[in-house]
Amino acid sequence: MSENRPENKKKKQPLSDRRKFILGMARSVGLATLGGFVWSAYVDEVTAAELLLRPPGAIKEDDFLKTCIKCGLCVEACPYDTLLLAKPGDHKPLGTPYFVPRDMPCYMCPDIPCVPVCPTGALDESSVTTDGKLDINIADMGLAVVDEESCIAFWGIQCDACYRACPILGEAITIEYQQNKRTGKHAFMKPIVHSDACTGCGLCEKACVTEKPAIHILPREVAMGRAGDYYIKGWDKKDEQRLKNAKEIKTTTELSKRKASDKLNGDLLEGLY
Amino acid sequence: MSLSRREFLKSSAAASAAAAVGMSVPAELEAAAVSAESGWRWDKAACRFCGTGCGIMMATKNGKIVAVKGDPAAPVNRGLNCIKGYFNAKIMYGADRLTQPLLRVDANGKFDKHGKFAPVSWKRAFDEMESHIKYALKKSGPEGVGVFASGQYTVMEGYAAQKMMKAGFRSNAIDPNARHCMASAVVGFYQTFGIDEPAGCYDDIELTDTVVSWGSNMAEMHPILWSRVTDRKLSDPDRVKVVNISTYRHRTSDLADMEIIFTPSSDLAIWNYVAHEIVYNHPEAIDWDFLKKNIVFAASPVNMGYGMRRKGEKSLTPVRPDGSAGKYSAKEMETINHEMVHRVSEAEAPALEPYGYKAGDDMVNKPAGLKHWEITFEEYKKFLAPYTVDYVAEVAKGDPDEDIEEFKKKLKYLASLYIEKGRKVVSFWTMGMNQHTRGTWVNTLSYNVHFMLNKQALPGSGAFSLTGQPSACGTAREVGTFCHRLPADMMVKSPKHRKITEKGWHIPYGTLNPVGNQHIMKIHRDIEDGVVKFAWVNVCNAYQDSASAKHWVKAARTMDNFIVTSDGYPGISAMVSDLVLPSAMIYEKWGAYGNAERRTQHWRQQVLPVGHAMSDTWQWVELSKRFTVNDLWGPYTLRNGKKLADVRAAAEKMGYSKDTTMFEILYANERAKKYKIDMDSFPQKGYDNSECNGDSRNVVGSDGKVFKGYGFMIHQYLFEEYASFGRGHGHDLADFVTYHKVRGLKWPVVDGKETQWRFNVKYDPYAAKAAAKNGRGSTHAFYGTLAKALKQGTLMGMDKKSKKKSLKDKAKIFARPYMQPPEIPDAEYDTWLCTGRVLEHWHSGTMTMRVPELYRAVPEALCYMHPQTAKDKGLKQGDLCWVESRRGKVKAHVETRGRNRPPRSLVFVPWFDEKVFINKVCLDATCPQSKQTDYKKCAVKIYKA
Amino acid sequence: MKTLWNNYRYLFFRRVTQISLLVLYFGANAWGWKMLQGNLSSSVILGVIPMSDPFAAMQMLAAGAIMATNLLVGVTVVVVFYFLIGGRAFCSWVCPVNMVTDLANFSREKLGINKIQGIKQPASRKIRYWVLALSLIISALMGVTAFEFVSPISMVHRGIVFGLGFGWAAMLIIFLFDLFVLKNGWCGHICPLGGFYSLLGKFSLIRVQHYEENCTLCMKCKKVCPENHVLHMIGKESLPVLSGECTNCARCIEVCDDDALGFSIRNMAKNKKTGE
Repeated sequence: MSENRPENKKKKQPLSDRRKFILGMARSVGLATLGGFVWSAYVDEVTAAELLLRPPGAIKEDDFLKTCIKCGLCVEACPYDTLLLAKPGDHKPLGTPYFVPRDMPCYMCPDIPCVPVCPTGALDESSVTTDGKLDINIADMGLAVVDEESCIAFWGIQCDACYRACPILGEAITIEYQQNKRTGKHAFMKPIVHSDACTGCGLCEKACVTEKPAIHILPREVAMGRAGDYYIKGWDKKDEQRLKNAKEIKTTTELSKRKASDKLNGDLLEGLY
Repeated sequence: MSLSRREFLKSSAAASAAAAVGMSVPAELEAAAVSAESGWRWDKAACRFCGTGCGIMMATKNGKIVAVKGDPAAPVNRGLNCIKGYFNAKIMYGADRLTQPLLRVDANGKFDKHGKFAPVSWKRAFDEMESHIKYALKKSGPEGVGVFASGQYTVMEGYAAQKMMKAGFRSNAIDPNARHCMASAVVGFYQTFGIDEPAGCYDDIELTDTVVSWGSNMAEMHPILWSRVTDRKLSDPDRVKVVNISTYRHRTSDLADMEIIFTPSSDLAIWNYVAHEIVYNHPEAIDWDFLKKNIVFAASPVNMGYGMRRKGEKSLTPVRPDGSAGKYSAKEMETINHEMVHRVSEAEAPALEPYGYKAGDDMVNKPAGLKHWEITFEEYKKFLAPYTVDYVAEVAKGDPDEDIEEFKKKLKYLASLYIEKGRKVVSFWTMGMNQHTRGTWVNTLSYNVHFMLNKQALPGSGAFSLTGQPSACGTAREVGTFCHRLPADMMVKSPKHRKITEKGWHIPYGTLNPVGNQHIMKIHRDIEDGVVKFAWVNVCNAYQDSASAKHWVKAARTMDNFIVTSDGYPGISAMVSDLVLPSAMIYEKWGAYGNAERRTQHWRQQVLPVGHAMSDTWQWVELSKRFTVNDLWGPYTLRNGKKLADVRAAAEKMGYSKDTTMFEILYANERAKKYKIDMDSFPQKGYDNSECNGDSRNVVGSDGKVFKGYGFMIHQYLFEEYASFGRGHGHDLADFVTYHKVRGLKWPVVDGKETQWRFNVKYDPYAAKAAAKNGRGSTHAFYGTLAKALKQGTLMGMDKKSKKKSLKDKAKIFARPYMQPPEIPDAEYDTWLCTGRVLEHWHSGTMTMRVPELYRAVPEALCYMHPQTAKDKGLKQGDLCWVESRRGKVKAHVETRGRNRPPRSLVFVPWFDEKVFINKVCLDATCPQSKQTDYKKCAVKIYKA
Repeated sequence: MKTLWNNYRYLFFRRVTQISLLVLYFGANAWGWKMLQGNLSSSVILGVIPMSDPFAAMQMLAAGAIMATNLLVGVTVVVVFYFLIGGRAFCSWVCPVNMVTDLANFSREKLGINKIQGIKQPASRKIRYWVLALSLIISALMGVTAFEFVSPISMVHRGIVFGLGFGWAAMLIIFLFDLFVLKNGWCGHICPLGGFYSLLGKFSLIRVQHYEENCTLCMKCKKVCPENHVLHMIGKESLPVLSGECTNCARCIEVCDDDALGFSIRNMAKNKKTGE
């Protein structure tokens, strides 16, 4: 704001409109880029909460973040106050629905009221539908994981609170019986989670009587490892299924990264004698 | 105490080595190991909850319990616990713990039945109790003073309460919640063996080949025992078979090889079917030698009603044209009318045919008492004739969706397991067979099968009644806090027993009241009838745990009476009361419990009670100071016209004056004062004793002065005096100090040795002695003495002219038919309701609902139902529904999944949740012989709320 | 009294509308009312008619999300609605942030901050279009709905309906920004949603009309207008306000004591001239 000062007027040529425009544009673009980077970094940060549990029927997290419009209709539909919308300060992708099973698990309503209300398909009705009917038992919100060190059933305590709380007990959680050699007359009753049946509803985590739950729900992606598709269990017919995913194999290691001829013609030979 | 490092290593090594092999450690040695781990102190105790009787260790630090561990040396649980036991450390420290007496008062601080609760002093509390008891005695005599007692009393508390009630107030209206829990088993034991409590012990589990669970969800209700059953199953999966017999599927089915879902009450038919199979199709399996030497056959009347109120009782008068009567609606009367006349149904007809009834006949019911008579084997065989597999499958199949042929196969398999030669079988049961309008019957039927096969009172074989409460056996039954009992299996009805007791208590002959009929439901009914004017709730939750609850709550709140509740927490009973007293909880007092396998376990006071709470023993003893010989021992006329003599003169002859207080006679007498305070030696050394020494809280007591203690070891006195009644009579307990050194002992303890299998000559010194004396050369001697001389008769009745024949050292096989309960589902109330417990919560939840972890795990009672039932009623998972009977209704959330899976015809609602007050819905029908309420069956309708 | 009503009647109606909508949304979550469920991002009227934020939908499109039919119907409903009543009517009649920024503006006047900072604004009102473009670019690059993760509008509205968390901070920031840094800063300069509705509003039917013959050049209208550049014709010629940046808040109409301003339906055929 100093163009009125006489000495400046003298030294500087008035800017042409064209130059003014270009400079203005450059400034705007610069500012936009700067702002854009800050904004992107922030968005990247807040959407990176990978330990988040989504409502039943939620599509893959990447797609979910694209698709969820953050309207809260699923939250309003939930009869148990299970679902929450991420608030500023929750350190979760803002405005997206999630639940914390220790506080309030998903009670697995058979009519899944939270899913059909989703206007954008971020909660996908078809993923919780079997033979044209809603089926909460095939929902995949996460997977229960047992910490065998803090689980008191693994100490021999007669607990199985998680097992009894499980809406699909006998399938998602079963009890493994094992003789307690220390006492010589009691049995362990250890909860075993079956990933094919567990929906991640979190009723087990809620029910767990240890101070910090010894069974807790993690997103399936986080909880599970993955064996490669290049080895099939010889003793399990069903395992053949995995062959469908088998891909062409090409391997590189530190040792094998050079072409064969390069290696043979290289200087390794000298060192051998 | 100073201990060198070397000594420490030595002593702790000895303690852990001992723990590893499960033996008991000399207490002195252990005490050394304990105090070496400075900062906290470990001491042994018993778990507060179920009848299993697990041993635990409590850690105290700065006067508070901070942790608990399973006691590795305890033979029952070897260091393990279930999740209730796991939280023993937390049960006493709920935020709303009662810490001072609370009285309903008006604006001026005067007692007002409709006032609000305000804190009062202990002195004021006892003033009020004294005046209301005196008023009740004046109005109604001893029958006007009632106590809701408990199977969770410590032995000493129960004994203290019993003495003041029966000797002091001369009232037998003291009856425990164990009436709701074990009474049918007790009468079953009395009628069959002539003495209470199981023959076998938990060691049967490790020795048996077959576990049959009848009406017992052991997996949830006795988790530690169930883990032993599981271990046994795992140890030999092919040989060991587990069968679960229930009215709905529950957790116990998980391990079972076979599950039988039966229609409520048809367990009678199933037991008789097994007996029918033996007698008709496998007579070779009968051990005739055993039967001839040890067993007689017996029968009793079948038209004995259902233990409900009877016509003519005050609250059932007048009968109005619309069908209602007195305080009962026309709807309620539909059920209660069965008490007078029951129309024999098509289903019952075949079973009642040998008794001369056919379908459609009106069976006129009469109170039958415990009367029974001897019959011949031929009569018994005739009685069994109807129980063919076809008939029994017809009446017993409980799942409408199950194929009847499948069901018959299961029945046959069940019978084959019992019959198989060489196969050891244990039958366990709990509330399913006890809470039953024919509870005594079905209990006796269990022994029939075991007797005929000679599979009773043998290692690994026997019918075994599991108890629900931690001291249903130890206190309620053995001490005898029932209206009809005295210590050690003695009866108030028996002049001989009264005399023994009066002698033992140093009270005049004729003091004890011979009429003991005010069982727990009768106390409730007497309050409603206006007879009982003072009632005291001890260590139970009488207003949450009794069926037809609305009547009792209403009577307590609206009639001329004074209700007192002693409790740790404000439950429904406290809410209903006029005066609430803060009680010391389990580890805040010296105590002893007796578990289901006759194991007596003692513990010391670990910490001082919270606030101004004092133990129930103290409350009873303080109350006794308010009453003198002159106040209580004058003449009375009872309701039935019987007179209680004026024994004041006799008392004076004994050296008491008219002004001698009951405190001096019953508690602080010369015998008591011999038990000295000795703070320098085991077991008192180092432990608080609030009753005997007072304590640092300086609680202002019943006389307005700081309570400084009685100055003698009252716990030891009460225990030893009580134990003296059983010693030498097959009930022998060890001495007080011994129990503080060991992890409990199974009575009879003879020559310092516990008894595993009673009545078995090989294991039970009393049986050996009896067998030697009777010279029958049997392996067994059923030496119980009650009802051991019978007249003869047939199924149709007793031959009055016949002579009583002694059956010394013998047991009985009873002919008792299948009958239905008084209320069965009809068009309007179309579903069975069964109530019970869940693993996470204990009884009415006053303790466990205050443990955050247990509350979180199971915060409310759900209505478990079949998904199809829900659908038919327009309900879905998680909906709120009404559960409504003729008596009342409650709202609960629908659960169609999870731990309990009822058939379409039944719903299950647990009773721990005061917000889902299911006892408003339940029917107070009882077994007419045992007076135990049937909580397992009534008819309800379910609809959307 | 009459003048008071006359001078604030539209403001009153706007506040009633804004608050009623919030109450309806809040009631849906708290007490299960069915009138208006969801929030400004997407909602359902009476459980039947869907409405969705078209700008959020554009970001979803840019992010590469698959568009559900329900969403498209909802977007259409909203676009048609604001096409009829004026694009930025959203800003002045619905958006809860409007109440915050109006308060900031009121305080600014009362505290005399306007006088200190002078009339010249240090920033361009075009920024919002840059932000709008940037939202779509970042959405496309990051594969998320970029503005929706930072939008103080959603934050505040969701906050009121579903629980605020630190959402109050967003309100405070906007308030302070508008109060001390830039007059009409958020709504008039930065908000890309406002920018979006400005673009939509270019074509909408309901317009503010100036009647030059009645104008006494008191300039009250320009003083109250949050986007006063749209009133460039005041006292000059009788024209409708054709700029999409007009929020149809009607403050100009109610403060005019001379009947020189009023609502009209745009005559598509007659007036081709833009409002700039």
